[in-house]
Amino acid sequence: MIDTLKERKTSLAAERAGVIPSGPDAQQAQAVLDAFAKAEPDGFPAWLRTVRGAARTRAGQLGFPTTRHEEWKFTSIAPVLQLPLHPAGKMRAKITRKDIERFTFGLDAYRLVFVDGHFWPDLCSLPEKGHLQLGNLPGHMASSELEKHLARHAQTDANFFTAFNTAFFQDGAFVSIAADQTAAKPVHLLFIGASEQAGATALPRNLILAQRGARLKVIESYASLSDAARITNAVTELALEEGAEVEHCKVQQESGRAFHIATIQAVQAKDSRWTSHSIATGARLARNQIQTLLNAEGASAILNGLYLGDAGQLIDHHTVVDHARAHCESHEFYHGILADHAHGVFNGKIFVRQDAQKTNAKQTNRNLLLSDDATIDTKPQLEIFADDVKCTHGATVGQLSEEAVFYLRSRGIGAERARRMLIQAFAGDVIGRIGIDQVRAQLEEMLAERFDRSAE
Amino acid sequence: MLEIHNLCAGVEGNPILKDLSLQINAGEVHAIMGPNGGGKSTLAQVLAGRSEYEVTGGTVSFNGADLLELKPEDRARAGLFLAFQYPVEIPGVNSTSFLKAALNECRKARGEEELDAVEFLEIVKKKTKLLELDQSLLSRSVNEGFSGGEKKRNEIFQMAVLEPKLAILDETDSGLDIDALRVVAGGVNKLRRPDNAALVITHYQRLLNYIVPDVVHVLVQGRIVKTGGKELAMELEERGYDWILEAVASNGKP
Repeated sequence: MIDTLKERKTSLAAERAGVIPSGPDAQQAQAVLDAFAKAEPDGFPAWLRTVRGAARTRAGQLGFPTTRHEEWKFTSIAPVLQLPLHPAGKMRAKITRKDIERFTFGLDAYRLVFVDGHFWPDLCSLPEKGHLQLGNLPGHMASSELEKHLARHAQTDANFFTAFNTAFFQDGAFVSIAADQTAAKPVHLLFIGASEQAGATALPRNLILAQRGARLKVIESYASLSDAARITNAVTELALEEGAEVEHCKVQQESGRAFHIATIQAVQAKDSRWTSHSIATGARLARNQIQTLLNAEGASAILNGLYLGDAGQLIDHHTVVDHARAHCESHEFYHGILADHAHGVFNGKIFVRQDAQKTNAKQTNRNLLLSDDATIDTKPQLEIFADDVKCTHGATVGQLSEEAVFYLRSRGIGAERARRMLIQAFAGDVIGRIGIDQVRAQLEEMLAERFDRSAE
Repeated sequence: MLEIHNLCAGVEGNPILKDLSLQINAGEVHAIMGPNGGGKSTLAQVLAGRSEYEVTGGTVSFNGADLLELKPEDRARAGLFLAFQYPVEIPGVNSTSFLKAALNECRKARGEEELDAVEFLEIVKKKTKLLELDQSLLSRSVNEGFSGGEKKRNEIFQMAVLEPKLAILDETDSGLDIDALRVVAGGVNKLRRPDNAALVITHYQRLLNYIVPDVVHVLVQGRIVKTGGKELAMELEERGYDWILEAVASNGKP
């Protein structure tokens, strides 16, 4: 009996592995995979090489997603495929603290800096040896914790880009906080795009671990020093043990020609609390896949997001909250502001599994369209298999309230300034939820500047 | 201060104000009364510059300027203030920073120095006392979650801070209980000066017991059909509007 099962499994795997990709997308994907395979670093342990091999095979089978895929219906990555994709090399030019100062939020933090995906030790500020382990992944390959979690949570079977990252990442951040400890300062993971070469691809891979009862705040930010059509394909995995609290604030402000594709996958144990913020203002095309698995009773997740697009930007958020167990809570709150020809996509999936009784899940997505040509595709997607649950969702799309604009103007405030105040208020509703004061204040200022610019 | 000549205005092609004329001098308080649908609120909105209302004829001069040519913000900067009948809630816009911005815009237009945060808070403190307004409301978003009475009080508070030349009070009494009414009216009275004026729009005479007008107008079907002293308000309270409506219907004049 057992043998039969085993055989069946093997034959299935063989069948899968034997699937020869066909069509131009798959052929192109295969060529890209081969090119990246040449840059495979030495020194990764055997278990990881096995995982990477499988991910590479899977990426080959999946091929680049097209708009025929339900998950990519509104987001065409065709412009990415026009580029000569290659692993981003290591910058020879010196990058100084001054160069990156404007990306630090003026925040007193432990900081890891990566340039085009490569670790940049000169620019880092690390904690003393203690409860918080912080460094780059290759430096922690021997860690048993790392082996337990790295590439174990972000699923590669259906997502080409996650599989691609898993197969070829070279570096990224390792953050681990010990049980019952609170990090003395926030951790800032800063990813800088500096390559001047179109098609240069960085594949950051991050692992954030919070042990039982630990508390941690992490900022993961992406910024550009060059205006080239670079690509970032990042994957961040977070594991929260029982009672751990992690606030994770992602800020993506890459340059207007860059492409940014990222997956964030959290896995939450009993009574853990994860707060995710995704502030996306940059890149020509940005896709954020933000997912959490509420894997034990009492876990709660808050997913906040703000996307801000102008010119011809496309900013896409796909979120998944997977209520796998009973008595978990999730609150999702996303705002979008779209001007010019910008296109926003929000797809919010909530699973409530059969065991997940007494689930409380709430989702809100509100959008402000500032021009006739701006568009938003918003879609809540609830799949509920338990019967005693509370789930609500709502999406709105609208323009600025003319009544509110008039009210402000009637007090002497100019029309443009009135509009700006209202847009800022709408954005502030999300930004205000960030629990790292300095980051919140800097983002508010940055947004004010951006609105001033766009109003000119 | 304000001269309205033969003003015609409407919304979506429907005429509402028809040849309305009115003159208000500095130091005066005028009341406009009338039945619902007569055009009272339209007049207030047109004077404040709401673009949904289309002006089809007539002139309005405000301290010598052509008011109808001015944008809403420029009317405010020139010293016109509308206390809204239904003040809008604006989530996320902080009351204090909004009002500081507004005051500084008005001061700039008057050629005065802009105020810094400390100077501004001094003024706020003084004026909140005048209106018996809970200062904690000002740390909230504009009108958000305010009760009906708080909203109205907040309108008059804004007026007290901005010190307009002409204040238009659009049904400020509606939705106020008698205590709130007394406070609001008291605030308005304390702000009366020989160099400013007010236009009080109301359906009921009640408010005029507290804000005593110099002149009372009755607005019916888009026209001012009767003008008198404060005793006209008493008469309307006693007899209602029907006798005026009947007179208008029979010979066009009461």
